[in-house]
Amino acid sequence: MPPPAMTPSTIELIPSQEDRRIAGLAAAAIGLTLAEAAIPLPIPGIKPGLANIVTLLVLYRYGWRTAAWVAGLRIVAGALALGQFLTPAFILSLAGGVMSLAVLAAAMHLPARWFGPVGLSLLAAFAHIGAQLWLVDVWLLPGASILGLLPLFLSAAWLTGLGNGLATAHLLAKARPSPLTESSS
Amino acid sequence: MAASALRPGDWLIAGAGVIMLGALWLRQADSLEGQVVIRQDGQVMQTASLRLNRVIEVAGPLGISRIEIQAGRVRVAADPSPRQLCVRQGWIPAGGAAVCLPNRVSVENAAAGYDTLNY
Repeated sequence: MPPPAMTPSTIELIPSQEDRRIAGLAAAAIGLTLAEAAIPLPIPGIKPGLANIVTLLVLYRYGWRTAAWVAGLRIVAGALALGQFLTPAFILSLAGGVMSLAVLAAAMHLPARWFGPVGLSLLAAFAHIGAQLWLVDVWLLPGASILGLLPLFLSAAWLTGLGNGLATAHLLAKARPSPLTESSS
Repeated sequence: MAASALRPGDWLIAGAGVIMLGALWLRQADSLEGQVVIRQDGQVMQTASLRLNRVIEVAGPLGISRIEIQAGRVRVAADPSPRQLCVRQGWIPAGGAAVCLPNRVSVENAAAGYDTLNY
């Protein structure tokens, strides 16, 4: 019995509004990751992590689930674009992303009156570098003393966490009035 | 909503971070302060700071080896070994060592420098 003649069996995935939003935001985050990869930095492992501004913004505006999606897509797609997929750099990036999202999941419940994007950004940055250094210690360079690297890397995390947090706070403050008063600068 | 970018808790977190970093850097500075490890017959005889100028005398089977710490550097100043290899080695670079084999004395400059390996 011949198969039914050329039934178009395409499965059509209809992206929801949220899918589109996540895709757009992830694209922005990937763009930042790629742009950042072009900046020459003297020490491997230290970079500004500008894409985390997007993660934080999304966390504030759309919640943790969307932020996790955006961060996850950015990590995987960014690694693919940079040719780092499944390399140690990717695993480290993933570990940092997972840990900082976990910390953000807890920290986002801190009272907003007291803790803003800057605090969350700092906590996430420390979680990020903490997870990465831990992984380096147990997996990549077992036996090497990571302790000697702690001050440098944590200082970098503090600076980038602060910078990204301030950027997020600035963007949030700019974006917040816009739905009501469109032309307020 | 408070318009300021930094809320009290943020200051707290940032401040705690600064304190932690300060402590870490201080600890780091301490651990980077050079140590001189002097061994006699394979046993650690003395661990001395590179920051303290002094002469340490170690008695070996052939006689006394004199180890000099001067201005953050260390060398074997005098040794009874016949060929004087460890003396002629001069000031020992960070991470290096001088071994006076006949007298069974070794001096290690254990200052932690960063190289590609431990990086």
